[in-house]
Amino acid sequence: MITLKCEGLTKNYGQTKALDSVDLTIESGRIVGLLGPNGSGKTTLIKTASRLLVPSAGKIEVCGMRPSEKTKALVAYLPDRDYLPGWMKVSELVGMYRDFFSDFDSARAQGMMNALGLDGNMLLRKLSKGNKEKVQLILTMSRRAKLYLLDEPIAGVDPAARDFILDTILTNYDEEATVLISTHLISDVEKVLDEAIFLKQGRVVLHKPVDDVRQETGMSLDGYFREVFRC
Amino acid sequence: MGWKFDEGSPIYLQLCNVIKSRIASGTYAPGEKLPPVRDLALEAGVNPNTVQRAYSELERDSLVNADRTSGRFVTADEEKIRTLRDMLSSACIEEMFTRLRELGLKDEEIRAAVNEWGYLK
Repeated sequence: MITLKCEGLTKNYGQTKALDSVDLTIESGRIVGLLGPNGSGKTTLIKTASRLLVPSAGKIEVCGMRPSEKTKALVAYLPDRDYLPGWMKVSELVGMYRDFFSDFDSARAQGMMNALGLDGNMLLRKLSKGNKEKVQLILTMSRRAKLYLLDEPIAGVDPAARDFILDTILTNYDEEATVLISTHLISDVEKVLDEAIFLKQGRVVLHKPVDDVRQETGMSLDGYFREVFRC
Repeated sequence: MGWKFDEGSPIYLQLCNVIKSRIASGTYAPGEKLPPVRDLALEAGVNPNTVQRAYSELERDSLVNADRTSGRFVTADEEKIRTLRDMLSSACIEEMFTRLRELGLKDEEIRAAVNEWGYLK
């Protein structure tokens, strides 16, 4: 099963090409790292897949369909910024997700919240930055989606919380689903990845299994990234 | 979280090596059922497909047998496990000799030093 497919996908912001004729095929059951320096098009690609943006040219398909309300039901998207109303309680947010998404598993969400000692009566805005990010991730990962789009899920949290987040991704691993993670913290995520995609100025310059990169270059993914994108 | 991995060599090979050591040492006993892919993936903090690949590799070496319904098992062939242990230990010894020769020790000196080391401990 192909979860995400792009053909000649292009997105222009005025004169700037944020995505420049991207061809990609991602199968189900994969955890994929979307890697590249700032401004390489990672967030644009994710927003196009979640239909927050419309391509300028080319096409993108999620589970064989153009992004639409139908694909939104299949895609769990974690934006790279706070996006939930701070005045809501954690328990109300769980309720909101349950109402919005038919694939939301409340018991799972509750279990993860308890495991982290997150109190349902707390207002979101009263939580620390790290705990806020954990709540957002738990809500996203508690959906039984076909495609998870995680934009910088581990930036700005401490190393212990990073481990928790990666653990959460592994615990929720589903061979029918695909997880696409954009991040700069490559050494933290590389062991959970199947495949890596390197984006450079809106183009795909590498798309390979991580272990192939290690085998062929004799470097870790992090080391190879530093080599490719040396400033 | 998880195990430490070296830079530069494929993670599935490093997983293979850890599992081999566990088989050689008897941590995973002959004929014992191995942890399911998902459990080992969580323990090691790696992608389940990587564990799958490591297991396949060990199946190819016949150190692990897969049963369609009940999972994967360490080989019950104790001879094979002894051979594995010999191979792993000679690799360690070879590495030790290589490094001590680089420090300028002669082979007899290395042997003497190994004996000595036992007493000092």
